Amino acid sequence: MSAPRPLPVLTPSTAAFWTRGEHGELCIYRCRDCGYYVHPPAGFCPRCEGRDVAPATVSGRATVVSCTVNHQQWEPGLPVPYVLALVEIEEQSDVRLVTNIVGCPVDEVHIGMRVRVLFEQQEDVWVPLFEPDPAR
Amino acid sequence: MRAEPGEKQVAITGIGQSDVTRGTDRWPIDLTIDACLAAIADAGLSRADIDGVATWPGPRSELTGFSPVGAAQLQDALRLRVGWYNGTGETSGQLGAMFNAIGAIAAGLANHVIVFRTVYEAQARRLRRFANAMARSADRVEGAHAWYAPYWSLGAATQQALYFARYVHESGATEEQVAQIALNGRRNARLNPKAIYREPMSMEDYLASRWISTPLRLFDCDVPCDGSTAIVLSRRDLAADLPNRPIRFEAIGSALRDRNSWAQLENLATQATPSPAAMLWNRTDLKPADVDVAELYDGFSFHALVWLEAFGFCDRFEAPAFVEGGSRIALDGELPLNTSGGQLSAGRLHGYGQVHEACAQLWGRCAERQVPGAPQVAVTSTAGGPLAGCVLLVRE
Repeated sequence: MSAPRPLPVLTPSTAAFWTRGEHGELCIYRCRDCGYYVHPPAGFCPRCEGRDVAPATVSGRATVVSCTVNHQQWEPGLPVPYVLALVEIEEQSDVRLVTNIVGCPVDEVHIGMRVRVLFEQQEDVWVPLFEPDPAR
Repeated sequence: MRAEPGEKQVAITGIGQSDVTRGTDRWPIDLTIDACLAAIADAGLSRADIDGVATWPGPRSELTGFSPVGAAQLQDALRLRVGWYNGTGETSGQLGAMFNAIGAIAAGLANHVIVFRTVYEAQARRLRRFANAMARSADRVEGAHAWYAPYWSLGAATQQALYFARYVHESGATEEQVAQIALNGRRNARLNPKAIYREPMSMEDYLASRWISTPLRLFDCDVPCDGSTAIVLSRRDLAADLPNRPIRFEAIGSALRDRNSWAQLENLATQATPSPAAMLWNRTDLKPADVDVAELYDGFSFHALVWLEAFGFCDRFEAPAFVEGGSRIALDGELPLNTSGGQLSAGRLHGYGQVHEACAQLWGRCAERQVPGAPQVAVTSTAGGPLAGCVLLVRE
């Protein structure tokens, strides 16, 4: 999939997620008092009501909770078919990421599939993608 | 003892709708004026009586066609002198405009509110092929959609396909069962002169339609159109003197008890539908068995299945069996569903087509597609991710 992706505006709260892939790290904000992951980022922990929330590196391992094979050519040059998925990170099931699953035929992606992160750089953004996790 | 719910102080007194087309030379504001003037006349009122305006989601770029006309433009075009107005997207889905209007009337801010929704998505696509894409590669994306757009989640269909896949995974729904929503809509559309698609659709046609984003086929997706729908909401004590028998708001459901996020909401298979449906039944003594006609949101076919379950017409994940064969949801069935053809065949009027049809059925105006037995109770709903709302209407 080499067509350009629509890229996010980088803001103070989202930059860690979109740029730490340069160092091979997937970053999710986490409460420093109780360890709860807070996504999308906000300076408030809904579990312990702590206000000390900071980016933390997670394992990059995740599980597919839903997936679709998109066939529609929404705009010129789109590399259809491709897999759009929702994955939940291994550390906390209520942190879900929208992503693409790459590195396998599109019809092999399924709910419950174990995946791991990889990054695709475009301009100043390292887009977190996921691929089948051979270790699990 | 609880206070009487505010919606019981409000009634629908008139409806109106513009032409509904796949491309038009008319302006969005003119379609909106057509609908609003028709609704005001239908209510037996004049422009001077309208003292409130509400719409959803408020004005967006005219080029996308999603919402070309806001409250301000309509209000100024008709020179309305109002006590209250509102046009916003941050509410319980498309019906949120109606909930806001109910609140305004119950609070004494207005007596007769015109509520409208205008779409221009067919003509916008004729002018710009990708008019209603949610993002373009050329532009950096801000806000909530910035989490999705980098993955080419470019249309509502790709987001919805993720919910649909989860629904199929948990319910075991078959393609032939889901097809009944599209086939039922098309059967009813054949009796609706204003429907976009009126030629017959067979099971084979449905199963042969191309994939948009699995498990969504083309015929699971509603049809973009141009049109405007308007509804007059009146103080109930004033409605008694008007020509139409008032259709009262027996109950509404506006609750959101899931996380307010397309990716993070707790239950992907149901989306946000259970909490507004539960709220609705908590505000009335009526039961699902009292409903005579159901106009349930079908922006995508499976939305209607999810709503059938949320309202309790059947158990969770039993809707595929409930609609199997199609007879139960047909015009002469036990629960006539989407009698105008729904959005799949009559056009994506974005929830307001269904409200219009519910009222037309309750007033006995539907000619060939009229539900027999003078229906008195109708339920309608809108949905999409965390957006969900519903209304129970009773003709007095």
